[in-house]
Amino acid sequence: MEAVKQQIQAREEPVVPTSGSTRAAGQRGEIVIAGLGKVYESKKSRFAALSDIDLSIGSNEFVTVVGPSGCGKSTLLRIVAGLDEQTDGSVTLDGNEVIGPGAERGMVFQGYTLFPWLTVRENIEYGPKLQGISTLERRAISNYFLKVIKLESFAAAYPKQLSGGMKQRVAIARALANRPKVLLMDEPFGALDAQTKLDMQEMLLEVWEKEKTTVLFITHDIEEAIFLSQRIVVMGANPGRILKTFDVKLPAQRTPEVREMPAFLALRRELGQLLKH
Amino acid sequence: MNAPRRRKPHRFQIFKEIGGRPFAFTAGLSFVLMLALWAVLSYTKAVNPVFLPTPSQVMAEMTKQLSSGEYWNFIGISVFRVSAGFVLACIVGIPLGIFAGTFKYAEALVEPPMEFIRYMPAVAFIPLIMVWAGIGEWAKILLIFIGCFFQLVLMVADNTRRVSADLLQASFTLGAGRWKAIETVLIPAIQPQLMNTLRLILGWAWTYLVVAELVAANSGLGYAIMKAQRFLNTDQIFVGIIVIGLLGLISDRIFAFLNRRLFPWA
Repeated sequence: MEAVKQQIQAREEPVVPTSGSTRAAGQRGEIVIAGLGKVYESKKSRFAALSDIDLSIGSNEFVTVVGPSGCGKSTLLRIVAGLDEQTDGSVTLDGNEVIGPGAERGMVFQGYTLFPWLTVRENIEYGPKLQGISTLERRAISNYFLKVIKLESFAAAYPKQLSGGMKQRVAIARALANRPKVLLMDEPFGALDAQTKLDMQEMLLEVWEKEKTTVLFITHDIEEAIFLSQRIVVMGANPGRILKTFDVKLPAQRTPEVREMPAFLALRRELGQLLKH
Repeated sequence: MNAPRRRKPHRFQIFKEIGGRPFAFTAGLSFVLMLALWAVLSYTKAVNPVFLPTPSQVMAEMTKQLSSGEYWNFIGISVFRVSAGFVLACIVGIPLGIFAGTFKYAEALVEPPMEFIRYMPAVAFIPLIMVWAGIGEWAKILLIFIGCFFQLVLMVADNTRRVSADLLQASFTLGAGRWKAIETVLIPAIQPQLMNTLRLILGWAWTYLVVAELVAANSGLGYAIMKAQRFLNTDQIFVGIIVIGLLGLISDRIFAFLNRRLFPWA
């Protein structure tokens, strides 16, 4: 009886410890990308992976970048993450220039990057542990996120025991458990089957509703981009550049029915035309 | 009426699993075949009995030796030498290998000389070792150390380099610095492979032990083999070789067991 009551309370108001958080009050997670360029140069050739990228992403905004393969969208994300270096321009987060990876910019990769020697719970607690958060608080954080991604019963499992979709759910929880200001996602659902992909998209939006963090999401799936985001950036290749930006005028609450709305279909057609060339 | 002809797939399919029982049966069969060949050659006296004792002779000799305290002392001292040389090589070699696998500067500093020394036969160091360390315990331990150390460093460095860069980058985006990444990603990630490397190296340690004991020793299994050779006691030589083989097999199985036990996630 007592346990049930506690459970109900927990559902109504998930208690998430905030001490040690990288997302302190007043910090907003605004990304400004200005004049960004990336050139790969060898003795014989010169290849512009990115050229003159300008993009501002507001606090708690969900922005998707779509484009054909080779348009440099992954490179763009990796530069924002601090994993690659630009040759031109700058990236700032809340006014501070990005120079290398950091906990305030969490990332979910396309491939499976859970630490195989850690259990699901330990994977989620990895970032908080690095921050020196106490065992008890870490436990509260992982409990909360295990509930959010609906994998409570897999807390003690190792990644090899999980399906692809489950692994990516844990990867999202692991990134969010660190309370990053920005969540960077590099085609996280690219390797999943169609139905799992749709489920994951809905789950991601649910988590985003709760966690309210800025999201920069890379995909080559147009419908995924429309369903998820508030704004879509379309990139073109050779050199990698921004072709056009679209505001997604759909209800804030994205239910599966949104996919059949005229606005959704019209945008899909327009994006499809743009990406054809 | 012609029933569709069903052709049975061939028993030997490339890479195809055959299941635990057929595998164990075939493995047992290969031992039986070896033993049978030995028995035929020795009991029929096709080979001079002085050179090739019969299995029953060797079994009798083995029982005799294993019931004597001296032989167990020999086993003890040999196990001690192998362990000492092997553990020393691990203590110095594993950190150095991880270091060389992690940083390119360390690789440049450590690996080229190691690659060079690795091709020098450890056995060729024996005269030098005798000059340096005499013919005491240290000489044997040093030879085993030299035989294991250089290979170990190179293999550990290689294990380290094989860790997925994605895992490292994930740890960076979760707030890990370089040293934390080494501690919390590189070192846990290489452990299962490291155990396999150690298994291999331990096998070599046994080889170098015998070499060391053949040259200068008055105790140990290698010495027992050497002494038996002097008196043409081939059955005793066989006992020595089989005992060393069994010891190697036991240590190998222990490693395999630990690997499954310690790394259930792999």
